[in-house]
Amino acid sequence: MLKTSLIFVGIAFVAVVLADLEVSTQHPWLEMGRMLEGIFTPELPVIWEFKASLLNTAVFALCGTFLGVILGIGLAFFFQYLPVRLFCAFIRAIHEIFWAFIFLPVVGLNSICGVLAIAIPYAGIFAKVYAEIIQESDQQPLEGIPKDTHRLSRFFYGVLPVIYADTKHYTAYRFECALRSSAILGFIGLPTLGYHLETFFKEGMYSEAAALLIVFYLLIASLKYWLKPRLIPVYVVLAFALLSREISLSWENVARFFTYEILPWPMRRQGVRDGTYRVSFVLIPVLEWVKGIWLDEAWEGIWKTVVLTQIVLVGTGLFSLFVFPFACRHFAGKVANRIWHYLLIIVRTTPEYILAYIFLTLWGPSMLPAVWAILLHNGAILAFLSSNNADLVQLRIDAPLKRIDRYFYEILPRIYGQFLAFLFYRWEVMMRESAILGILGIYTLGFYIHSAISDDQIDKVMLLILFTAMLNMGIDSISQVVRRRLKISTKLSIAS
Amino acid sequence: MGSDTLPLLFNLDQENISCQDTTILKNVTLEINQGEKVGLIGPSGAGKTTLLRTLYQRVSGQSSFVHQHYALVPQLSVFHNVYVGRLDRNTTSQNLINLVYPREQVRQEIFPVLDSLGIKEKSFVRVGELSGGEMQRVAVARAIYRQESILLADEPVSSIDPHQAGAVLELINQVAETVVMSLHAVELALKYAERIIGLHNGEIQFDLSAEEVTPVILKELYQQS
Repeated sequence: MLKTSLIFVGIAFVAVVLADLEVSTQHPWLEMGRMLEGIFTPELPVIWEFKASLLNTAVFALCGTFLGVILGIGLAFFFQYLPVRLFCAFIRAIHEIFWAFIFLPVVGLNSICGVLAIAIPYAGIFAKVYAEIIQESDQQPLEGIPKDTHRLSRFFYGVLPVIYADTKHYTAYRFECALRSSAILGFIGLPTLGYHLETFFKEGMYSEAAALLIVFYLLIASLKYWLKPRLIPVYVVLAFALLSREISLSWENVARFFTYEILPWPMRRQGVRDGTYRVSFVLIPVLEWVKGIWLDEAWEGIWKTVVLTQIVLVGTGLFSLFVFPFACRHFAGKVANRIWHYLLIIVRTTPEYILAYIFLTLWGPSMLPAVWAILLHNGAILAFLSSNNADLVQLRIDAPLKRIDRYFYEILPRIYGQFLAFLFYRWEVMMRESAILGILGIYTLGFYIHSAISDDQIDKVMLLILFTAMLNMGIDSISQVVRRRLKISTKLSIAS
Repeated sequence: MGSDTLPLLFNLDQENISCQDTTILKNVTLEINQGEKVGLIGPSGAGKTTLLRTLYQRVSGQSSFVHQHYALVPQLSVFHNVYVGRLDRNTTSQNLINLVYPREQVRQEIFPVLDSLGIKEKSFVRVGELSGGEMQRVAVARAIYRQESILLADEPVSSIDPHQAGAVLELINQVAETVVMSLHAVELALKYAERIIGLHNGEIQFDLSAEEVTPVILKELYQQS
């Protein structure tokens, strides 16, 4: 494990050298002071004024997650077939924001766009996780069920009770993620929280931004109090009822979009020129077109995305290894623990896009804001997890007294495997995040996709998203191989 | 060839039974007629579980089975676990409704079974929260509720206090016509089974009626390496 870790550290070093990291604003510290002032003087009336966007954030998340669960269950039933698995891997390789980019030209900036942007990738995620939970669940109870029992009864008595806890737990976690996704969809124009947050940050109205953020944190922190299983059907019905009906959906447009507009320009060129709008199947010009995009944009986009991903992968790891002791009972006192605990929760609850936007405002466009946004967000997640694991370790009575010794000889060795597994598991998440942060001005894939959308070049958008998905699936595969080779898994196994 | 009046239920003739490429039972010849109460004894690893499972596979739809590791659903209550015993005999909608709200009729069927095993007070407690002995009683209750004429049991009283084990075995003998059970407590086998089959290293060492089994025979069975 050490060798692999060092190899990745080496790669990150090279990446840092190659990356463009700089602070280009005039008065970053002054701005930060203004932000802090804003946090301590939140403009609370704003909450009522923008209650619609808050409601939309929750409603999109709820409807999106619900649809994702239904579709995911359906897909999970066929998970034994490779095409299904590949399809699910593909749809979850594309970030929600990119899905929104795909649906934007078709349905416009409305609730359908928002809900589908969440529902589709989540369907892929749920399919995989549900299939895995069932596969790894205890098979023993099934042996006690009579042989000729109908499949459905067998499922409800022998499978569902066994997987219920894990499934509920994961679905609740995903809903929390959906709230985050929903919030940041506002940054590209959908009527959720991010929409107003962007305005506030741009105008330096930090008190207003703080107010909205505080409500967001409270919403997520209070989830466990109001997200009770029995009330879910009520919430879902309410959410769908509240979904804005201001949609003028023309099925013709949808059909035309998916069968014509996404086709590469060379295939449409002739038809447009002679007014027939015919589609011509011209292989060579299409390949030339692909090559053109690859050389001009895709290659740089991929390269920059990978550079950023590798930096944050290692940075996150180092950050959490450094930070987790502060929240761990073996190293810090109760008060410090509590404080760090809450700090970590706040940072991991903040969507990385919002963190990036904050740093962008402070430091100007370069890779620096993106690095810190992804690093802090994932680092907080990992530090939180590691400190929880470390808390479970029971030290022997003659364990070393010096905290440094305890860290390196007692705690770190025991949790390193699971820590590394989780870090590699987040690798593809970090890559997705690196890709979309291109929207904020660095030349990762998101930048080029965003440009293409602004120029209404749907065909290029699709091609670039395809490249992004393939990169993501590639990293996910490597991550699984690495974890298998190192024989580490995200399942807890602390031998104390 | 069974006797004139009682049908032959199980008939193995010089069979080798393997599980995942390892031969566990060698050269097994065995006949069991309806109405017999058979006890399987022998050291751990002798093949008792495999033999029971083999017999079960031949009569699965018409028999009840008590598993060595209970095979219960820990997240469901005692009541629902016992109900599973007849899951294949009800319609799917009946099963689903029962999961949410057990009908009075079903309660009237299951409660007496729970009562006879002393676990009625825990009817709606999750099985995962019970002690080992209580869980075993639930497993036995499920087999009894199924009410088949053939009952196969793999160590049905291993976690039950010896004083109370007798009552459970008595109950099993009453409820089922044909019983084949493995027991590690030899005294219980001799008392509650009429025919004893001694297994050792995958082979049948002896097949005698309970009276014919002597301490010498038992010593030979258990003390071989």
